[in-house]
Parts: sequence; structure tokens; C-alpha cells
Amino acid sequence: MFQEYDEKKVKSTTINPEELKPSGMKSEGVTILPSMNGVSQACISDSGSLKPINEKDDSFEKYAKPGYVLSHFVNRFMDTDAGQIPVVKTEMMLKDMLATVGARAGITRNNYRVIPGLYAAGEPDENSEVLVTANFKLTFDILRKNLKKLNVWILVLDTVGVNVWCAAGKGTFSTRELVRRVESSGLDKVVKHRRIILPQLSATGISARDVKKMSGFSVIYGPVRAQDIQAFLENGKKADPDMRQVTFTFAERLILTPVELNIALKYVLITAVALLVISGIGPGIFSLKSAGERGWISIVFLLTGLLSGAVVTPAFLPLLPFKEFAAKGMISGSLFALCAMFLSSASSLGISAMIALFLFGTSISSFLAMNFTGSTPFTSPSGVEKEMKQFIPIQAGAVALSLVLWIYSAF
Amino acid sequence: MKNIRYLEDVSTLVFNKDKCVGCSLCTVVCPHQVFEMNDGKAVIVDLDGCMECGACVNNCPVNAIEVNPGVG
Repeated sequence: MFQEYDEKKVKSTTINPEELKPSGMKSEGVTILPSMNGVSQACISDSGSLKPINEKDDSFEKYAKPGYVLSHFVNRFMDTDAGQIPVVKTEMMLKDMLATVGARAGITRNNYRVIPGLYAAGEPDENSEVLVTANFKLTFDILRKNLKKLNVWILVLDTVGVNVWCAAGKGTFSTRELVRRVESSGLDKVVKHRRIILPQLSATGISARDVKKMSGFSVIYGPVRAQDIQAFLENGKKADPDMRQVTFTFAERLILTPVELNIALKYVLITAVALLVISGIGPGIFSLKSAGERGWISIVFLLTGLLSGAVVTPAFLPLLPFKEFAAKGMISGSLFALCAMFLSSASSLGISAMIALFLFGTSISSFLAMNFTGSTPFTSPSGVEKEMKQFIPIQAGAVALSLVLWIYSAF
Repeated sequence: MKNIRYLEDVSTLVFNKDKCVGCSLCTVVCPHQVFEMNDGKAVIVDLDGCMECGACVNNCPVNAIEVNPGVG
């Protein structure tokens, strides 16, 4: 899970100009007309006059600022003693869903953020609870769609677009950021009470005692999952044991695999090119024909290793024997390599080529499966270190042997 | 989570029962129910379930818990 973190992206504590804007707005690079999306939409109405979009509240026009456009997930604004607070929609729009697919695929994941600060859901007042979250848009969306019947404040921390648990582990969802955000948002002017509800998994980065000391707000650790928030609140802010426990179901594992594939893709392409070159080596020093024919078969085994290590092993994790991910990847990878052996023309290449391909596909699968330890909610760093010390020499040795056999088999 | 387990005997979690004041916050923050309360003090009931996330360490008011993974 910690692999999402990108060190270069972590800012120092200097004030980012984005933070000076009210949350819920974002700036556009170039603005010709000092208008907002909301206003131009209102212009399309039948009468042709400027009408408020939401009858319940004042027109968006009141909150318009030159150079700003409204975030699509903001329904309206509320005036509070700490200024205007955007009220978020609790329904997902097509735009959110498409962007979720992009982020899950790993395409837009690294810069998918909302502006940190205070937001509202429903009709919160000075007695309403405050839920704290991260500014990764996926996290923010999961939270707001689970707030349908609730009236709460949402305090979004700047976690540089990383989810709650990873950000807590890497120190951006921290006591310092929380205290700073409580102060900068003017939360003490918005609510009368002095308590904030944090996602349980943020505890890795938070010291409840220090938050209380520095901000005056008491930390209540809420459930692990946003879907349990309503039950948690109705239950007098008590979490059932189930709400406190992390899960890692088939669906939860499967949804991580596109990112695994995406991360592996660059290395797979480089390896594929290298395989074509190596496969051309033969009695005539280098043969293009051989590079194509033998190279193609070796790429098939690279792809079975990729599929086995980055998709099948994660998806069927508990069903595969052994506790070490590298060993699980070897089991799955060797089965895939055997299947590829029967289905491709590899058997015509001779025994040493077949052994080379089998070792190669199995090692790739083992390595990628081991890489998945970084994406789970239950692997300890000490365990991963032990596993790597044990298996990297085996994987490297198998690939080296496979390379020698592959070149030897060409002669 | 009981059906998916990782390596045994690797966690560096250390708990000092003498220091424990029984606030039970470790049982709240741990995502794998490693701790339970017993006679007003916390006890480790599932050491191999520990993933060394450090949530208990940060929130223990008397520094009774330590965890030292080599890498992170």
C-alpha cells in the first residue's frame, strides 16, 4: 500500500497558493471572462435570465470570483463565521465515475486531488460532527457518497493526493497537518464542540494526545470504512468490532491489479525489447528471423508471468499455498508457464529452451507477486524484508540460468 | 482477515505491560485486533497479525509500545 507515495511530490510546509483560495474552487490557467460555470449554465434557462441554480440558497453568482471555476461536486455555499463553506454533493456524477476509472487504472492517480479545507455535507450546524479525510479525490468521493442522510462538516487535509492510510504511513496525514488545518479552516468558529472524527487508519500518522494538546480538539477514531460512518454515528460514536477490522476481499484485491499492471508496464516493454535482441543471438551472430520467431515466444512467457504475478496471484492470494508472496507467485507462474508451453510452439525448440522459458516465466511471476506485498493491508515491513532477502537471490539466479540456457539453445 | 495471514515470528512489536495504564486506545486503532483488554490492561493476543503500522505506538499515552521495522 505504501508504494503510492511519491517522495518528489511531498511539499515543504510553505503555503501553497492553492490553499489561499476557498476550498471548492480551482483556478484555471487562463480566464478571459470573469464568470463561473454555474452562471453560464443558468443562462441556458428558458427565460434567458440569470437564475439561481439552487432555489434553497443564494445564486452561485454571489460567490463568483474572477479567475475561479466551481468544482463540479459543490452543490452550493454556506455562510459561516469562518467564511463561505462549500456544500458537497453526495451523489456521484458521470464525471466522477469516469475519473475514478482513470485513477484506478493508474493513469490519473498521481495528481487526483481536491483542495484541502473545510467542506459541508447536508445542513450541518454548530453542533454537527467533523469528519477528517485526505485530499485524494477517490478518498473524498468515497466519503461524500456515504454521507447521504447526514449533516456533517468535512475537514480535508493536504495529503498531496494520497489516501488516508498511505498518507498516515508516510507522514502527510499527520498531527502537524491536522492541527494546522484545524487552525487555518477556522473550525473553532464553525462548531461549538471540540471534537473531530478521524478515520481509524489515520492513527498511524496521528497522536490523539498531541492533537488535543496543540489544537484543543479531542480525536475520536471512527470506523475503517466510510460506509460505516452513518452506523457509527447512530451508535453513539461507537464502532462495532467489524468496523475496526481491515478486510482484503477478492474484489478489494482485484481492483488494485490495474495499477499493478500499469506500474509493471514500462519494465515489461523494456524487457520485451531486450528479449527480441537476445533471441536474435545465434550461430550467425545475430539473426533478425530468429529474433522475431524466438523473441516472440519469449515475450509470450513474459506476458504469462505478468498476468500470473500482477493479476492472478493478487486475486487468488488466499487460495495459493505458502505465506510468502514470492512463493505464491512461483506456484501460479509455473502453472501459467506450463500452459503456455503446451499452447505455444515452445516444445519444438528443444529441452534447454523449454527449461529457459519455464524458469523465466516463473521468476517474473514470483517477482511481481512479491511486489504486491507493497499493496496489501496486512504485510509487515519486517516480513517483506525477510521474504526479499530469501527470494531475490532465487529469482535472479533463475533468470540468469534461463538466459544462459536460452542463448545456448540457439546454437 | 483471519483467512489471509503473512509470515510468522517477524513482527518487531514490543509491549511493556508494566507501563500500561489501561486506556484501551491500542485496541481501538489496531487494524488487526492484535491487542485485547484483560484485567484493565492491554495484552497482545495476535502478534503474527501485526503489520507494524505503528498506530498503537503513536497513540499510546505512556509509550508502552514499540515497533521497529528495519525498512518502511
